[in-house]
Amino acid sequence: MTRPGADPAGAGATGGVPAPAAAPGRDGAIRPGPVYLTVLVIATCGLVYELVAGTLASYLLGDSVTQFSLVIGVYLTSMGLGAWLTRFLERGLAQRFVDAEIAVAFVGGLSAPILYFSFSSPRFFQPVFFSVVVLIGVLVGLEIPLMLRLLRTSVAFKDLVSQVLTFDYLGALVASVLFPLVFVPRLGLVRTSVLFGLLNAAVAFASIHIFRDRIGSPRRLVLKAAAVTVLLLAAFVMADRLTNLAEETQYADEVLLARTTPYQRIVLTRNRAGFQLFLNGHLQFSSVDEYRYHEALVHPAFAVNPGAKRVAVLGGGDGLAVREILRHPGVESVTLVDLDPAMTDLARNHPLFRKLNGESLSSSKVTVVNEDAMVWLPKGTDLFDLVFVDFPDPNSFAVGKLYTARFYSMLKARLDPDGAIAVQSTSPLFARHSFWIVERTIAAAGYVTRPYHAAVPSFGEWGYVLAARKPFDVPARVPPGLRFLSEANLPGLFAFGPDMARLEVPVNRLNTQVLVRTYEREWKKFE
Amino acid sequence: MHRGSVPPSRRDVIAALAGLPALSAFLEACGPRGAKVPRYDGGIVGGSAALGHRLFAGDLHLRPVARTERTGTAILGSGISGLSAAWTLARAGYSGFQIYEAEPEIGGNARSGRNAVSKYPWAAHYVPVPAGENRALEALLEEAGAIAERGNDGRPVWDEAALIREPEERLYFHGQWVEGLYPRLGATREDLSQFAGFERAMRAFSAARDGKGRRAFALPRRLSSPDAEFAALDRLSMAEWLARNGYASRRLLWFVEYGCRDDFGSSLAETSAWAGIHYFAARLEGTSLEDDPAPFLTWPEGNGRLVTVLARSAAGRIRTGALVFDVTPSRSGVVLKLFDPARDEVVQVEAAHAVCALPHFAARYAVAPLRERLRERGREHAAVFDYAPWLVANVTLRERPEPHGFPMAWDNVLYASKSLGYVVATHQAGSDHGPTVLTWYHAFAGEATLPARQKLLSASWEDLAATVVADLSLAHRDIAGKIERVDLYRWGHAMARPSPGTLFNPDRRQAAEPIGRLRFAHADLSGLPLFEEANDAGVRAAESILSEERLPFSRLATP
Repeated sequence: MTRPGADPAGAGATGGVPAPAAAPGRDGAIRPGPVYLTVLVIATCGLVYELVAGTLASYLLGDSVTQFSLVIGVYLTSMGLGAWLTRFLERGLAQRFVDAEIAVAFVGGLSAPILYFSFSSPRFFQPVFFSVVVLIGVLVGLEIPLMLRLLRTSVAFKDLVSQVLTFDYLGALVASVLFPLVFVPRLGLVRTSVLFGLLNAAVAFASIHIFRDRIGSPRRLVLKAAAVTVLLLAAFVMADRLTNLAEETQYADEVLLARTTPYQRIVLTRNRAGFQLFLNGHLQFSSVDEYRYHEALVHPAFAVNPGAKRVAVLGGGDGLAVREILRHPGVESVTLVDLDPAMTDLARNHPLFRKLNGESLSSSKVTVVNEDAMVWLPKGTDLFDLVFVDFPDPNSFAVGKLYTARFYSMLKARLDPDGAIAVQSTSPLFARHSFWIVERTIAAAGYVTRPYHAAVPSFGEWGYVLAARKPFDVPARVPPGLRFLSEANLPGLFAFGPDMARLEVPVNRLNTQVLVRTYEREWKKFE
Repeated sequence: MHRGSVPPSRRDVIAALAGLPALSAFLEACGPRGAKVPRYDGGIVGGSAALGHRLFAGDLHLRPVARTERTGTAILGSGISGLSAAWTLARAGYSGFQIYEAEPEIGGNARSGRNAVSKYPWAAHYVPVPAGENRALEALLEEAGAIAERGNDGRPVWDEAALIREPEERLYFHGQWVEGLYPRLGATREDLSQFAGFERAMRAFSAARDGKGRRAFALPRRLSSPDAEFAALDRLSMAEWLARNGYASRRLLWFVEYGCRDDFGSSLAETSAWAGIHYFAARLEGTSLEDDPAPFLTWPEGNGRLVTVLARSAAGRIRTGALVFDVTPSRSGVVLKLFDPARDEVVQVEAAHAVCALPHFAARYAVAPLRERLRERGREHAAVFDYAPWLVANVTLRERPEPHGFPMAWDNVLYASKSLGYVVATHQAGSDHGPTVLTWYHAFAGEATLPARQKLLSASWEDLAATVVADLSLAHRDIAGKIERVDLYRWGHAMARPSPGTLFNPDRRQAAEPIGRLRFAHADLSGLPLFEEANDAGVRAAESILSEERLPFSRLATP
């Protein structure tokens, strides 16, 4: 707003300021109120970017003391660099100021998404990270000196310095309080950084208006600012998707494949030792030690019903349990029921999976059914001699229902009177209550149970429940040629030390789903 | 996102439907001009008023009787009370009864439907497990397979498949789905303390007994204490009772009103405080109001499952499409006249006994002495019985909407909407992915009944379906593109409202009194539109006939 003569400082255009080129015949005085507001905003934004960078580096690289110290040091130095650089700017200061705002909006606003993405190639992360921090620092460093010079004509110097710096520091306070308390918890890092980019863009628009008399070609600036605003708005709306894509950075190793299906997110990673499958961010197996997990899941049950011909696997779309099942030549048919066709297609067709599961899903004995096991079970009446229940851990209600008494009694209706089931039952060490809830629930559905466990380094100590319709002995025999199980170590799996011993727990039922709540509480301690 | 495009006429209709201001505002906001045909299919399935309204047209009385039939006991109406009467007679080995139903389908307010995806309810869709002694309901639920076994004390162990599967309820509140029905998110300390205080008060009412040891609030209602101390609550509305007791938390008021709209189809101001308290106190036996007072039993088709079980006992004895328009008690029995629109003839039925299991709004035109009473005392007398209009939609989805926050539950409620939200028909089948049917409910509460009913009955499928989709879109922006069908049921008179002052009104008591060998059985006679009331009324009417006929039977109804 220009209000000629209304300014108490009334400095007029007397200083050695280059006359604003595009203000012919008009006083260059500026009403300072709105300007101070912009100072507050840009100071807040500046500090938020610093915090975003520090937080992200701590998230992704760990060691927050080092990361924050480095970020603060590099950022402040860059601001100094920016301030120093302003001495080379002589003409068109208002225009330069608006340009700097637009650039800050762009780089600062997109800093979090850029950094998330760059993390997927760790070699480039550090250089990209510090380039972004330096760039933002330099641009932010330009802002206050330019602002001071722009206002010098309108406000007395002592008021100017005092006011501008007051709002600058006030902005820092606003940012440092709101960032951890409001923005990160409510919006997440990506939306927070984009939101402040939008605020910077708003300052650009405001400055174009405030300094319109001193700007040669406002239209071009408006266009630039508008383009950045649209870009940031798009980023804000799509932040979830951006974070999803960037989430691959959370995997420590190279991401080979990431796919979102209607049922889950499948991510395959690789490191020097082998490859790993994650479903919804939870590790399903590592090729290094999955044999321990799958041998332990499959072979003890065969000792209970050695003549088993008809076998079913519920879950276990990776085909690895099927690989172990096919070691038993007496098996005539294997029915694999897995919800997600994308998962079973992967297991059937991806070269890494085919190598690991020995092309088990291509065997003529194997039938793949893509259906929710809860929906599939009551549809048929044919019986199975052995059923392997290999679902993900009960971390949601949709999976938790597959661990209920109702589910196990539906399963019992499909089990031969001599049949047995083996159920993966999460860790009896990390989630002890959860493990014993699964055991008690299976028992409540009318099975005789024998819980056991095995050490799988990628998971830790892992638990299973072997159960049958009739009483049975502790398994003593395993087929030859296994890498983990032997007849010597098999009985030991059925003994539980004091730290994993049985607990008094409730039965998991459909109408309580007590397991999901217990599981969530227990695993939280380890996250 | 499919933007429901709205031509002005539709907006007007929707605005006129009132009670849905949020919806019309939403449509206003996102509807660019220019009509676009919705991509889903559907139609108005039920709720044809044409035949029912012939009851008070009077012309049927002038038609000659084509022929005369005879039966032992005539049961009028095939809702839960009529079917329960038939079930009770059949259990006692008495098969000389006949049910007459005007609609083409049986079931009354517990009707259900099915399509390739699932069975689904058209109205009532759950029963709380009977608290205390309700042998009749327990026996019925046992027949329905809802009792897995008996504990050592003989108490039923309810079948896991019939108890509602967790997650049971979620609420769309401030842009996200949260667990449970009470909006805890962001509640102040005052909100929570009022909620706790209300819960304490309801617990106290639940335990309250009169001098004779009768519960203040029992189910069925007739077992409750009639003492003035409690009856006085009927003179207040629930809104007044809450205000007098210092409850002002908006969250609490929402929570209580949701209960009233859900069970009675009425707002706080339209609900008798006695009924509002009964809703919470009669069933409060569990831990808290939030985790269900008593667990609920449900099936994909809702209470349609119980209709099927009850109707088994009446196989071959149900005549649908038969409008009974005249009922006259005589010295030796009851004479009915029914109109068969298919044959376009009037048939006379002479019965030794009759159970009028019609809702009172129909009974008062069909039963001669009630018609007389209505003529003598006018509409004011009739106002004791008010019925909420309801719109129910079954929305068939090709796939489920994207989740936002707490996962899809059995009951899904929208805080910011006047609708009651939806239940998921496939929930009990254990299905969490793929096609499903959502049963969406809206009770026209808080507005004048007659205009609301007229608007409901005159609106087209397009208008009503657009309203349903807009409401669902409040919480599921992506839902419109996933809808295959929207089928609608317009209930002009769904359930009886327990309006203030009407529960202990002598007119209500009088309406339930037998006239000669004509007995009355309907939930609306108790004032509480609940399954338990309908079942109890039907069982008692039948047992009273069995007693009068001196037939042997083992009594189910609590004396």
